[in-house]
Amino acid sequence: MSRVVFPARVLPYLLLSPQIAITAVFFYWPASQALWQSVLREDPFGLKTTFVGLANFRSVLADPNYLQSARVTVVFSVATALLAMAAALWLASAAERVVRGRGLYRTLLIWPYAVAPAVAGMLWLFMFNPAMGTFAYMLRRAGYNWDPLLDPGQAMTMVVVAAAWKQISYNFLFFVAAMQSIPRSLIEAAAIDGAGSTKRFWTIVLPLIAPTTFFLLVVNTVYAFFDTFGIIHAVTGGGPARATETLVYKVYNDGFVHLSLGSSAAQSVILMAIVILLTAIQFRFVERRVHYG
Amino acid sequence: MSLRTILAGTTGLSLVALASTPAFAVTELQWWHAMSGANNEVVDTLAKEFNDSQADYRIVPVFKGTYPETLNAGIAAFRAKQPPAIMQVFDVGTGVMMAAEGAMKPVAEVLEEGGYAFDKSQYLPGIVAYYSKPDGTMLSFPYNSSSPILFFNKDIFEKAGLDVANPPKTWSEVFEAARTIKSSGAAACGYTSTWLTWIHLENFAAWNNVSYGSNENGLAGPNVELALDAPIYVEHFQAIADLAKDGTFRYGGRTSEAKQLFLSGECGILTESSGGLGDIVKAGMNYGIGQLPFVEGEGRPQNTIPGGASLWVFGGLDDAQYKGVAEFFNFLSQTEIQVRLHQQSGYLPVTLAAYEATKASGFYEQNPGRETPITQMMGKAPTENSRGVRLANLPQVRDIANEEFEAMLAGSQDAETALKKLVERGNAAIREAVGSQ
Repeated sequence: MSRVVFPARVLPYLLLSPQIAITAVFFYWPASQALWQSVLREDPFGLKTTFVGLANFRSVLADPNYLQSARVTVVFSVATALLAMAAALWLASAAERVVRGRGLYRTLLIWPYAVAPAVAGMLWLFMFNPAMGTFAYMLRRAGYNWDPLLDPGQAMTMVVVAAAWKQISYNFLFFVAAMQSIPRSLIEAAAIDGAGSTKRFWTIVLPLIAPTTFFLLVVNTVYAFFDTFGIIHAVTGGGPARATETLVYKVYNDGFVHLSLGSSAAQSVILMAIVILLTAIQFRFVERRVHYG
Repeated sequence: MSLRTILAGTTGLSLVALASTPAFAVTELQWWHAMSGANNEVVDTLAKEFNDSQADYRIVPVFKGTYPETLNAGIAAFRAKQPPAIMQVFDVGTGVMMAAEGAMKPVAEVLEEGGYAFDKSQYLPGIVAYYSKPDGTMLSFPYNSSSPILFFNKDIFEKAGLDVANPPKTWSEVFEAARTIKSSGAAACGYTSTWLTWIHLENFAAWNNVSYGSNENGLAGPNVELALDAPIYVEHFQAIADLAKDGTFRYGGRTSEAKQLFLSGECGILTESSGGLGDIVKAGMNYGIGQLPFVEGEGRPQNTIPGGASLWVFGGLDDAQYKGVAEFFNFLSQTEIQVRLHQQSGYLPVTLAAYEATKASGFYEQNPGRETPITQMMGKAPTENSRGVRLANLPQVRDIANEEFEAMLAGSQDAETALKKLVERGNAAIREAVGSQ
């Protein structure tokens, strides 16, 4: 790619300024506020403020609930990413085999991506809420003790399924694109050599889409970490007994419900560090190996 | 409608700054509230009636979302030095507000400075006590108060062979009736309850005259050691946990979700706020009302404590604004306004005169059960156990309790363990919250 050089000195900065302004207002400013809050201890009204140094971080990291929340986040993220990717991969390989109406199937499968997380949460809540959900009644009538309000495992299953469902479309899109970029000749040659469709999938398709898979793994993990607040808020509110309280949800709960601002700020600074780390991994190992299109 | 009023709805925060500059002869007073649906209409009607009744002040109601959201919006506005004049705060936020001395102006002072003799004896004692400082100064204006009562489904009671005219009075009778409902097959579940914390901890303590925590449940001072692992609580919650094992008791959620289980006919008995009456009436079911059950014992039941919300006045407003707020609160305490609020919404009347007027009109004879929440709260002079619970972080302590109850009802711990952990974690959280002030 040839390098384009602008002759003017001001123009490039001018062109960049809207983006920089947005980043400054919506990231640098709040982030610096969070950093400052995280070393303070304050009552909700801000009437008395004391500088406490790193005490908020110490108490957060020593809090068994925080470690429990970290465990919940790992279980939730791994389960959501695996489920969303496995289902999308299966659907993508199935869509590849469809001959007639392939475009229609693809469009239908991409639709759920347009649903807002909170709406997705409500959707699943209406189906599976023990007090009013249609499927909840069916499950109980069938003799299964369905009660995600009390059973931590069932609650976790519900948020994982809802969060994964929302992400399947995105993964599907990438898997379909990756599969299309595999040269037909390779697959045909394997077929002539006598490899069945399962064999072809495991020995040819899967290795060739590995970069996409790795890319999606990172994206899905980031999604499960940071973009699922709406779903958890709508479906379980972090309960029962904190069984679905992820790190992000805990920041909200401690800051906005319990008004413990210092602790909440310290937690969001830790989360910021995690995001930076994940983004670095993505740039360093993924961007170089994925080829779009 | 002025541009200011229009903008106020969307960008309330940034605009209150303008309100201090007297660009108009009319003094504008923002009222941030959390009332949705039918209750929102009541708020708007009240504001309109007040605005039409005089020409000096304008109340501008602004809906700010749920109770916690409204509280947070008010706190954020105060931190940005642009608070509204009046903010509605729910009962459990009372401790948070009281801890913020200096941010708020006591309602008693506002009324007196506005030229209205503030006579405490005109108001319902249980409600005034809850919203007052230990020395008796009323801090906020009770707007919507409710008290927990027992609802039962008469059809299910008949099917189970229970006496419809005699709803269970004590907790052991409730549990017995619930077992009968379940075993007779009259309904899939016998008993459920909304708000386990408000009904089974805070009101349970007051109603049975047992301590919730030290320092008169926090009313005498912020350093509170919880007393919630006393045997009476352990026995009560163990009974509920045992009933939950076979589904005789069903858990609905932390707030009012369980009402759905009662409305759908899934459960035969429900303990709920008297404010929940509207939905039950609307569902058209054959229901009965009883008073909140208690544990058998000498001198019981005592009295219940109010739930709901009250109106707080921010500090640092100018004199004209305080005068306007005083006028508005005086308007709200008028007997005919209170009578209407009470009869239409199911909230308790705030003044004794409104209660007497409703009584005289024969409303309670036509609507049996509607007086129960009032007599529960008024029946006896409150003791140090029953004036209410006040913690700097009651919302957080409630969440801790809910977490332990959920683990208990799921069968992973017994009641004694749950309550021991609740006390331990709750005390630590209270120390932390008090230490940060």
